[in-house]
Amino acid sequence: MPECPLDAVQQRAFLYRHIRQFFAERQVMEVETPVLSNHANTDVQIEVFQTQGITDDASTAYLRTSPEFFHKRLLAAGGGDIYEIAKVFRLGESSRRHNPEFTLLEWYRLDWTLFDLMDEVAVLMQSTLNAFGWPKAEVKHISYVDLCQLHLGFNPLANEKEELNRSCQEHGYHGDAMSHSQCLDFLFAVVIEPKLNPNELLFVYHFPASQAALAQINPEDPSTCLRFELMWQGLELANGYQELTDAEEQRQRFEQDNQTRSAMNKPTLPYDAHLLAAMASGLPACSGVALGLDRLLMKLLKTESLAGVLPFPTNRA
Amino acid sequence: MSTYSTSQFKNGLKILLDGDPYNIVENEIVKPGKGQAFNRVKVKNLKTGRTIEKTFKSGEKVDGADVMETEMQYLYTDGEFYHFMDPNSFEQFEAGLAAVEDCIKWLKEEDMCTVTLWNNSPLSVEPPNFVELKITETDPGVRGDTSGGGSKPATLETGAVVQVPLFVPEGEIIKVDTRSGEYVGRVKK
Repeated sequence: MPECPLDAVQQRAFLYRHIRQFFAERQVMEVETPVLSNHANTDVQIEVFQTQGITDDASTAYLRTSPEFFHKRLLAAGGGDIYEIAKVFRLGESSRRHNPEFTLLEWYRLDWTLFDLMDEVAVLMQSTLNAFGWPKAEVKHISYVDLCQLHLGFNPLANEKEELNRSCQEHGYHGDAMSHSQCLDFLFAVVIEPKLNPNELLFVYHFPASQAALAQINPEDPSTCLRFELMWQGLELANGYQELTDAEEQRQRFEQDNQTRSAMNKPTLPYDAHLLAAMASGLPACSGVALGLDRLLMKLLKTESLAGVLPFPTNRA
Repeated sequence: MSTYSTSQFKNGLKILLDGDPYNIVENEIVKPGKGQAFNRVKVKNLKTGRTIEKTFKSGEKVDGADVMETEMQYLYTDGEFYHFMDPNSFEQFEAGLAAVEDCIKWLKEEDMCTVTLWNNSPLSVEPPNFVELKITETDPGVRGDTSGGGSKPATLETGAVVQVPLFVPEGEIIKVDTRSGEYVGRVKK
C-alpha cells in the first residue's frame, strides 16, 4: 500500500500538468538529463550517492544532486530557455521535510537578471496557488542583510565569528565554536526562519558571498552574491542564482570546495570538467532556479510531512 | 559513559548537557539547502522539570545520561527525605522533596512506584497510573443520590484531595487516576 493517500498521487499529476502548461505558454523547453554522472557536486554541505563506475576507466559514478551542470552544458550549446522536472539524490537527508530522493523543478532563463527570475517564480507560485484553491499570496522582497537587521537586530556580515558564536549560543546553540558561515546558517535556519510570516511569498536576495555556490558575486557589494531563496509556509522552497559564467572562477570554487572537504576529512570529488569546458566556450548570461516540488505539494495539500505526498518514501521504497 | 550522535536522537533519549540530565521530547532536523544541518531539540531537565530548546550541529556527539527507571517500594519519610527500596536487591535510596513533589500525595507506605535513578540517586518518582486510597475526610454522603450530578472534595489517607460524587462516604476506598487526579470509582472490598 502507498504511504500517502492516492489523492496526493493525483494532485501531483495535476501539479506537473500545471507546470508543463505554464512553461509551454512561455516557450521554455522541457529537457531530460542524466541522473547518473561521472562527476559529482563538490558542495561541502551536500553528500553524494556513489555507485559503480559507468566506463572501464572510472571506478565510481555519482547520482546527481541537481541537474544544473547538465543544464548549463545545454545552455552553452545554445539550448535556449529550458526546464526539467528532475529526480535528484542527497545522501543522509531524511526528516519530515527531507527525503534522500526528491524532485526539483529547475529552470534557466537567458539574459534574465536575478530579479527578473524572482518575478517569474512569483507568477508561477501565484498561478499554482490559484490552481490548488489557495488565496493569492502577498509577495515580498527583502535583502539578506535587511532580513537579519529586522529579526536579529544586527548585520551578521559585519560581525566577527566570535560575536556570531555568542549570539548563536544565546539562541540555544550547544557545541563547539562554529565557523562564520556555520553561524550564518544557524542564525538563518534556526532563529530567523521560524519568525517569518508563513503566508507571504518571501524572496530573500543577496545572500552572503561565502554562500554563493554557483551564483555571481554582487558587483555592487562583493560581500554578497546574486542568489535568492523563496520562503513560503516556513519552508525554503526555491533557490536561485544569477549564474556564474566565468569558467576560471568556477574552477577555483570547485577546488576550494575540495580543499574544504579535505580539511573536514571528507572525500574530495571529481568535478565536472565538461562543465568548465562548456563555460569556457561561452555560457550565456542567465539566471536559474530550483524549486522543491515535494515540499511545494506537501504545503499545497496542507500536510506536515513529506510522507503525506510520497507514495513510497525511502524507508519503504 | 555512552555517547550518542545526533542521528540517534529520538524522543525519550536521555542526554547530559552542562552536567544535568535531560530527556529529549522533540527532535527536528533543520537543513538549509546550501548549508550546515542542525538538530533542533526540545529537552526537559530531569532535575528541575524545565523544558528548554537547544540546537546541535548534525553529526555532533553528545554524552548520554546514565538514567535508569526501576520499580521500587516506597518505605517511609523521615520528614526530610523519602526512602525507597529496590525489592530485588533490597538496596535503599533516599529522595529529596524535589524528586517526589508531584507524586508523593498518591503514595502510601509499601506502595510500588517507578523511580528514575541518575548516578544512583532518585531524580523523579512516578506513581502507578491508578491507585486505591481510603477517604479519611469528606462531607456526609447523600444516600441514594447516584445520579452523578454533583461532586464534593474528599481528603485521602495520603493527604491528596480529589473530587468525588456526592454519594461516596468517608471511610470508602476509591480508585484514582494519578495522571489526571480524577476519581475513577469505588473499590469493593
